[in-house]
Amino acid sequence: MKYLILIHQNFGAREQFASFTPTMQASALAAYQKLNADLVASGEYVSGEALDADTSATVVRGSEGTYVHTDGPFAETKEMLAGFYLVDVASRERAIEIAERIPEVAAGAAAIEVRPVLTYDWPEQ
Amino acid sequence: MTDASDVEGLLRAVAPRALGALVRRRGDFEDAEDAMQEALLVAATEWQVTGPPHDPTAWLVRVADRRLIDSWRSSSSRRRREESLAFDPDPGPTPTRDDSLELLFLCCHPSLPLPSQLALTLRAVGGLTTDQIAHGFLVPSATIGQRISRAKATLRGARFELPAPADLPERVAAVAAVIYLIFTEGHTASSGASLDRVDLADEAVRLGRLLLALVQAHPMLTRQEGEVAGLLALMLLTHSRRAARTGRDGELVVLADQDRRLWDRALIDEGVTLITGALSAAPLGPYQLQAAIAAVHAEAATAGDTDWREILGLYDLLVSWAPSPMTRLNRVVALAMVDGPAAGLLALDTAATDPTLIDHHRTHAVRAHFLESVGDTSGARAEYELAARLTHSIPERRHLLARAARLA
Repeated sequence: MKYLILIHQNFGAREQFASFTPTMQASALAAYQKLNADLVASGEYVSGEALDADTSATVVRGSEGTYVHTDGPFAETKEMLAGFYLVDVASRERAIEIAERIPEVAAGAAAIEVRPVLTYDWPEQ
Repeated sequence: MTDASDVEGLLRAVAPRALGALVRRRGDFEDAEDAMQEALLVAATEWQVTGPPHDPTAWLVRVADRRLIDSWRSSSSRRRREESLAFDPDPGPTPTRDDSLELLFLCCHPSLPLPSQLALTLRAVGGLTTDQIAHGFLVPSATIGQRISRAKATLRGARFELPAPADLPERVAAVAAVIYLIFTEGHTASSGASLDRVDLADEAVRLGRLLLALVQAHPMLTRQEGEVAGLLALMLLTHSRRAARTGRDGELVVLADQDRRLWDRALIDEGVTLITGALSAAPLGPYQLQAAIAAVHAEAATAGDTDWREILGLYDLLVSWAPSPMTRLNRVVALAMVDGPAAGLLALDTAATDPTLIDHHRTHAVRAHFLESVGDTSGARAEYELAARLTHSIPERRHLLARAARLA
């Protein structure tokens, strides 16, 4: 079962991170590296990326022939989609366990959204 | 020139035996499995040109053994292994001993997480490449590669032999569970169906046949034969309905609405023969009961001819054997077919108190169906819509929304 784990950082979390001492930054990054290595090693990792700030986004709207491109965040919110993991795990509980290991959670700097991936499969009965 | 698919079929048939012989000979599953994968790749191209050798198993063992020795010679652990390389460098003809069963037990070892057991079994016993397995599960190759290499590392030092007699029933059951999981994975996955996608359901049937043959050949496994035959029968009978499960636009066709002329009679006959034989000869078990239920469906010429009383009786037995929430829910469906939807609604309320069923889309789809049958259209519509929201399957969601729309 695949789950998308979305990291919604609190507004200003990156600026806050930038103000940390190098030691604190390094330990947070090490926690991420460990998480990545563990997910790869367990064969649960499908993909994952960090995303640039939402201010760097381009939003495309409209319909054929009349597309409108707007620069800036998709929606004005208190959180920003800062990155994601796509994992293939045995259960929702396991996906939630992984979400809890995302360093920003312990720091109170993000809310993590765990979303099951829709499939084109169907059960037998 | 030999046809590529003939070569692949032959390779896949002899692969477990060849690998078993190599592991028996050199004692290192981890390296032997890598070497055999390389040998299979060489064979796949070479045999198309030269035709298969006289003794394909011996050929594979010889080539893989050479690769294994080369890799050991070049590795740092050289000295440790030199002793075992010093003599008998070239294995002879096909070993008379068949170690496929030991190989299956090793791949489905209880120390491995289930997804790793599936991947390792498909590669080491099924003879599939990592890429083919990844295609089957719709995940990146690297993910499957990690599962396999980590599993092999975990198995380092595990003994290549049959488990103790007392553990045998449990270990056979573990292998059966892995094969059935591969089957359900393949049976449900309909997306990404492309020419190069290995059909996991076919693979599982193949492995099921292999397991049955191995169990039948083994004097200590007589009591396990019934459940293994039941597993194979269940897979064959489920597989027989495959062409009828999907409509023209890829939509789900439920059992009652399927065009039964599309059912594969050959698979049904084989499955029915197997399950009939097993039921009369062997100790009963959940796979046999599920296969028996599938056989009752298979033998009904139309949905209306289904012997629901028989199915309900089988579900009663199954619930007492393996009381899973889904089994209880299926039993409620059978009960409603015998005693009517009102009785079904009552039984459903009791069954649905189970925590895994309470929010399950199937529970709501079943309730919707019962409500529709007793004429409560608005209640039915709400339940269909709720079920549609809860499922993660797009075709199923489409199906449930269509049912809801019909009641609007």
